[in-house]
Amino acid sequence: MSRLSIQGLTKAYGPNRVVDSIDLTLAEGEFVSLLGPSGCGKTTTLRMIAGFVDPNEGSISLNGQVISAPGAVLPPEKRGMSMIFQSYAIWPNMTVAENVGFGLKLRKLPGAEIKQRVMQILEVVQMGHLAARYPAELSGGQQQRVALARAIVVKPAVLLLDEPLSNLDANLREEMRFEIRRLHDEFRITTVYVTHDQSEAMATSDRIAVMNAGRIEQVDAPHLLYTRPRTRFVAGFIGRTNLLPAKLRNGEVGFGGISMQAGQVPGADAAAGGDILVSVRPQSIGLHRERPAGSAPMLAGVVSQRTFLGETWDYVVTAQGSDLRLRATAPPLQIHEVGEPVWLAFDPQQMAMVV
Amino acid sequence: MSEAPALPRAAAARGGLSNRLARIEPVMLLWIALIAILLFLVAFPLGKLLVVSFETRGTGAFTLSNYVSAYGRSRYVDALVNSLLLGLISATMAVVMAVPMAWAVSRTDMPFKGLTWAVVLGAFILPPYLSAVGWILLAGPNSGFLNLAWRGLTGLEEPLFNVYSFNGMALVIALNAFPLVFIFVKSALDLVSSEMEDAANILGAGTWTAMRKVSLPLVWPAIMAGFIIVFLEAIALFGTPAIIGIPARINVVTTQLWQFFEYPVRVEVAAAYAMPLLLITAGMIVVQRLLLARKGFVSQTGKGGERRPIKLGPWRWVVFGWCALVGLMAVVAPLFVLLQASFAKAWGRGLAWDNLTFANYYLLLFEHEMAMTSIWNTIWFSAVAATAAVFIALLVAYIVNRKLVPFGDALGFLAMAPFVIPGIVMAIGFYAAYASPPFALYGTAAIIILAFTARFLPIAYANSSSAIRAVHPEMEEAARILGSGRLHAIRMVTAPLVRKSLLGGWLIVFIVASRELSAAIFLVGPRTRTMSVLLYDLSEAGNFEVLAAFGGLLLVVTMVFVGIGMKLAGRDFMLRRN
Repeated sequence: MSRLSIQGLTKAYGPNRVVDSIDLTLAEGEFVSLLGPSGCGKTTTLRMIAGFVDPNEGSISLNGQVISAPGAVLPPEKRGMSMIFQSYAIWPNMTVAENVGFGLKLRKLPGAEIKQRVMQILEVVQMGHLAARYPAELSGGQQQRVALARAIVVKPAVLLLDEPLSNLDANLREEMRFEIRRLHDEFRITTVYVTHDQSEAMATSDRIAVMNAGRIEQVDAPHLLYTRPRTRFVAGFIGRTNLLPAKLRNGEVGFGGISMQAGQVPGADAAAGGDILVSVRPQSIGLHRERPAGSAPMLAGVVSQRTFLGETWDYVVTAQGSDLRLRATAPPLQIHEVGEPVWLAFDPQQMAMVV
Repeated sequence: MSEAPALPRAAAARGGLSNRLARIEPVMLLWIALIAILLFLVAFPLGKLLVVSFETRGTGAFTLSNYVSAYGRSRYVDALVNSLLLGLISATMAVVMAVPMAWAVSRTDMPFKGLTWAVVLGAFILPPYLSAVGWILLAGPNSGFLNLAWRGLTGLEEPLFNVYSFNGMALVIALNAFPLVFIFVKSALDLVSSEMEDAANILGAGTWTAMRKVSLPLVWPAIMAGFIIVFLEAIALFGTPAIIGIPARINVVTTQLWQFFEYPVRVEVAAAYAMPLLLITAGMIVVQRLLLARKGFVSQTGKGGERRPIKLGPWRWVVFGWCALVGLMAVVAPLFVLLQASFAKAWGRGLAWDNLTFANYYLLLFEHEMAMTSIWNTIWFSAVAATAAVFIALLVAYIVNRKLVPFGDALGFLAMAPFVIPGIVMAIGFYAAYASPPFALYGTAAIIILAFTARFLPIAYANSSSAIRAVHPEMEEAARILGSGRLHAIRMVTAPLVRKSLLGGWLIVFIVASRELSAAIFLVGPRTRTMSVLLYDLSEAGNFEVLAAFGGLLLVVTMVFVGIGMKLAGRDFMLRRN
């Protein structure tokens, strides 16, 4: 049984459809990220799930019960959810323990149980020793932990996170994203996580919904988004890629004078013929000084630009006999000079046809 | 999703009905109530003022004759010219006084900055009519202390400085109003990073050139904004022109309006006569807003904002001397002579043991028929008005900032509108709207309280609005998603967070209301005199010892509340720029 289900959800401000008819279903205990550039509608979607924004069309249901539909929106306080905000929204007039205990108090639990559950969750987020502090005395990371504890302690039906790490510095951000995943593994709360940072989404999520211009482009597990992007936007947004115009004819995909069987290229096997786009990851292209043996499709070219990025070399190669410029990466010790001729070896399995 | 359709549809229908009922939020009703209150407080008096100016007395028929009466005599036109001139001269003087002070406090290592702050605060608290009285004692042509000393020193007959003159009046106004420029310019200078000056220095500009070519031009909009505010303050001021200008036979718009209100009251002519004042004020406020809205001018970047005081060397004593001189003239000297007069049998005899008496205070506290009543009136009128203004402003600010209703901005506009209405014009509007039947509020406490509430609503609104803005909406949303309703969230989270700044706002409204003269003087009846009005009555009687003593009482009342405010809302709660 699915816990959270979104159908045809739309939010428009005037003619501007910021969320445009999206569908998404989360299984119980699943962690799904809404990933996209700023202004893509992901936060609006999250706020509709929370009940702060009314939809214009479509519905949201929780365990089969409709909680949001045009003109009929269950107010946020009746949804049994909890949320972590971009600003953390830790109340500065309450201590850490009071902040965390707020939701439990509203649920009218006995005082002793509140105390015990607050201390327990604070231990889980390693904040037990700071229970009596006021938020102004805490660092950003500590405030973040308080926000996590406050949201989890009520055992919400759904946990919503709105760019929770965007105000932290890089090291802390990395630490906290594992923390969030660890807490999810421990409590298995159905979670919707909004972020514009792909590595954040990849580290935390079971599945990622990539959003662009109010629509969901693709929903998949992180590694599938990378290896099997289905749209040009996803291919370009998740990792880096070469988007190559190609021709699909007679069961063969061809570009730059080489061709391969369409059945080998994911996404192209069932496509109609004509002009298509193929995404080729820089990491999937082999760079060689001499033409290597084997039957892989190959192209000759010349290094026209190079950048050393520390973990890899980033080469731009201009193919011979066509105006293709391809980006390919190589390990630090594999050095080619600009102007040097090279061979590029392609692996059709690692390509993807996108629309 | 094949199993879903049947169940949710039923749930949606059920949930739909109950949710729809719940969605007629009380906030809609509140919005309507607030609109009604604001129309009553702001729009109706102003509209009535406009209508009355085109009406024939008694019949209510349309006429332009009021405007003819108001501007048909050269004396009346001269008054308008005088007002504008007075505004220009006062504002120029205030800028000259305040800008070096602001620069010194904000940017340099001038000593005794705290003292300069105290002077600015003192001038801010001192009501204009009291500093006018103080300056009469200091620079009256015959017996003013300065002129006596001058004659004694030089043997000349001519007085050094006659306060009963156009420039005298302008100086007294400037000495009282310069804190407004100071606050504007200092807060702008506080935002200029030292690197701006460093960049000029490295290219070869000295301290003086850097200030002249870089720092001051950067805060030019703030200087202009301060200039405009003082100009508007000066042309709308009643107390100083009445106390100094009337004896000196200098007629300005506000004193002329007062004469239209002498028996027989010609409110329709007064209304017509007040229109230019209203239009000039509204126009200038728009100009000022545009100036201040050019934020790109002052670099408001948070980063690279390291600020070091400029080392002035021996020059710092020159700058300090300027601050001290302004402070002496604006606060110390007038206060000192007032205090001396209040304890004197005859103020002209100066400091002497046999001149010392408590009779003036005794008379006011125990024998005078109106003094204690007026103190009590002032306190409770101001307290009720401050409470009402803050309460209305808070509700409006909340609704506007949280965008709870469509067209909420209309509420904010109405709440800010009195800002462009001079107090004296607003009083005439209230008189025209509510003095006569069916309301028949003339001479009641209600009309004064209503006028004070309306007049100071913008101060309360600016204060509440910034308090509400400082509370991130997510603070409330975090409470709601955890299960608390809107009102519960406001009570548990928002209210505790805005309490302190609201208290500061309440005290500011209370303090400015307690010294308000121009709005009160047109609306008081025999039993509803406030301290400021009674003080003006006493100044007409010419008994400066009792007058000074009453001024002392007024200052004591004000100081008590300023003290409470500093304790509860922070040392500079009155001088923060909203």
